[in-house]
Amino acid sequence: MVPLRSLHWLRARQGVLMLGALAAFLAFMSLAQAQAPPPIDIRIALITRQPPPPPLYEFDPVPEDEGIAGARLAVRDNNTTGQFTGHRYALEEETVEEGQDAVAAARSLVGRGVGFLAVNLPADELLAIADALKGENVVLFNVSATDDRLRGADCRPNIFHMAPSRAMLTDALAQFLAFKRWRRLFLVVGPQPGDKLYAEAVRRSARKFGLSIAAEKPWEFGPLARAKADSPTTAGALTITQNLDYDIAIVADEAGDFGDYLTFRTWDPRLVVGTQGLVATTWHPTFEVWGAAQAQTHFRRTANRPMRPLDYQVWMAVRTVGEAVTQTKATDPGTVRQFLRGAEFGLPAYKGSSLSFRPWDQQLRQPLLVVQPRFLVSVAPEQGYLHQRTPLDTLGFDQPETACKLQ
Amino acid sequence: MPWSLFDHKTVVTALGIVWLGAAAEANAYTIYVSNEKDNTVSVIDSDKLAVIATWKVGRRPRGITLSLDGKWLYVCASDDNRVDVVDTSTGKVVRNLRSGPDPELFILHPKGNPLYIANEDDNMVTVVDVETNKLLAEVPVGVEPEGMGISPDGAILVNTSETTNMAHFIDTTSHKIIGNVLVDSRPRVAEFSPDGKRLWVSSEVGGTVSVIDPAIHKVIKKIEFRIPGITKETIQPVGVRLTKDGKKAFVALGPANRVAVVNAETMEVEKYLLVGQRVWQLAMTPDERLLISTNGVSSDVSIIDVQAAKVLKSVKVGGYPWGVVVGPK
Repeated sequence: MVPLRSLHWLRARQGVLMLGALAAFLAFMSLAQAQAPPPIDIRIALITRQPPPPPLYEFDPVPEDEGIAGARLAVRDNNTTGQFTGHRYALEEETVEEGQDAVAAARSLVGRGVGFLAVNLPADELLAIADALKGENVVLFNVSATDDRLRGADCRPNIFHMAPSRAMLTDALAQFLAFKRWRRLFLVVGPQPGDKLYAEAVRRSARKFGLSIAAEKPWEFGPLARAKADSPTTAGALTITQNLDYDIAIVADEAGDFGDYLTFRTWDPRLVVGTQGLVATTWHPTFEVWGAAQAQTHFRRTANRPMRPLDYQVWMAVRTVGEAVTQTKATDPGTVRQFLRGAEFGLPAYKGSSLSFRPWDQQLRQPLLVVQPRFLVSVAPEQGYLHQRTPLDTLGFDQPETACKLQ
Repeated sequence: MPWSLFDHKTVVTALGIVWLGAAAEANAYTIYVSNEKDNTVSVIDSDKLAVIATWKVGRRPRGITLSLDGKWLYVCASDDNRVDVVDTSTGKVVRNLRSGPDPELFILHPKGNPLYIANEDDNMVTVVDVETNKLLAEVPVGVEPEGMGISPDGAILVNTSETTNMAHFIDTTSHKIIGNVLVDSRPRVAEFSPDGKRLWVSSEVGGTVSVIDPAIHKVIKKIEFRIPGITKETIQPVGVRLTKDGKKAFVALGPANRVAVVNAETMEVEKYLLVGQRVWQLAMTPDERLLISTNGVSSDVSIIDVQAAKVLKSVKVGGYPWGVVVGPK
């Protein structure tokens, strides 16, 4: 009923103070019990895949609870509100092992009464789950897949996207570059399928905001950013940026294999943006305005580490359920889905304005942070990018250009 | 100082401003501004409209209020998890009050004791005796409690929780929650009308002010703000102040850089005043001649003529001014 930490807090006090605090606590408990009927249960699940074991030494390893820690905090936030509204939220953490079927796991969760499912899986698996659960009374939240096709031709009516699309990420950077008048880009594209998609998003953003691709080259020299300092490099990697005329290098390297290598190794003194260097993201440890400082301390105290973008995206998904339930007083996923699509829904998420879903593709509208590793550089949309609906719709695919057809 | 509680009306508002006009010989007051980013309080003379002193206080000072006699300045030192008590005659921190973790905003009981503190990080309202420094109660509330209002008779305390989006009505005798009212996103400030019959709650992210009937715990009107050329998203109401006659209200609109002048009877917006950047908290001089707004991003305060509804002057203060309170000279 009362968050666990409050109890810790009580324990920290002594003597008379303790009694006073306890009295207030008991008074509150008895009041809550006297007034409220038994709380209504809302079950939310996070489905995620067991990450591969980390390499021998990784200086910034992905935490084992990445994403899950965000869900835990949000469920606690929901329950603090729920004690006043008569709702009780529970979180199911489902980790799918290698070789295990994510669809079967999702089906089983729904069978156990889960009405809201945050999915931290790649696009194909997310779509398989969405299609398998078609017709079921369940709402899915895409918390990690950035693929534009999920908001386009492959959109599904039962998926809401908390993660920004690649188009939103590259639009955020393109707005910043256009604002700075760094217009001629040198695009370096990695070998992975995601890199190709990111590069495509860069080309689209460049067209949209009046930038040009002055040069483009594939990266063919392997994961040099992961290599040790004494490992051999190739002449090609050292000279790839030679004899080019451009303002800024933009790297498409979602795995982090070479973007950091290129930084400070360009032939001419040029900055690096894209998937490394200056990046667009949803959350950053140096972000503190709009109440974000509170979220940072809350999170750090519960998870013993800084909040990462995935934690924040999962937090938003679980908080979205809480907000919708509080605002509509309904717990039925179908009713919640309708409400999320409407103009009345608003999610406060430490970004200075209420976040809502685009009805045409169910993508969350959100400001994005433009950051370098240890500093918040800007927040997109940049000043001056106007839109008839909201400046947030200058990021990503707008209604007239969407390929998404929701029934 | 010869202030008597009984020869003038004492009204304590959401930030705990104390009206101390009647007994003063001249209409000159001292304005105290807490500077969140550089751990100081700027002291402004209301006649000279200039900073006359800068005092060092604890880390991340936000909520700020005065004892009824104006002798003690209370400052939430959020990052030090305490309330600093500053002697206004010397400008020195003389003692600390227990506050619970991360005190953000507080309000003094109209009688001058106790102090009700919103613990932003801890989902609690802490009640502390300012004389004995004893914790009298802790009341569990919603996520990220912030706004604090108290009814003129001191019977009802209202706390707003920023993430739960509620105004919690707390009985100050039993310290029990007796009602919860849902408002729009991120409620920041709760302010009773001087007659206690209305409660104004600003919603920063929702962009509205809900006017609540505290007797029935129902929203009776939602005030919206529209400013030509300013997007809806940048209109973020925070500070609210009402005049003693209950006729006029002022609402600080955050990054819209404006203070709205509202007819408190019809609840219609009459005018927008351009002030500094990211305006949050407001305070009036006890004679209601001047309104002061804290403008965080431009690190200044705007001085507004209440009668004429005009901005008179900007005064540069410390980094990220957050709260403001006015006391006697």
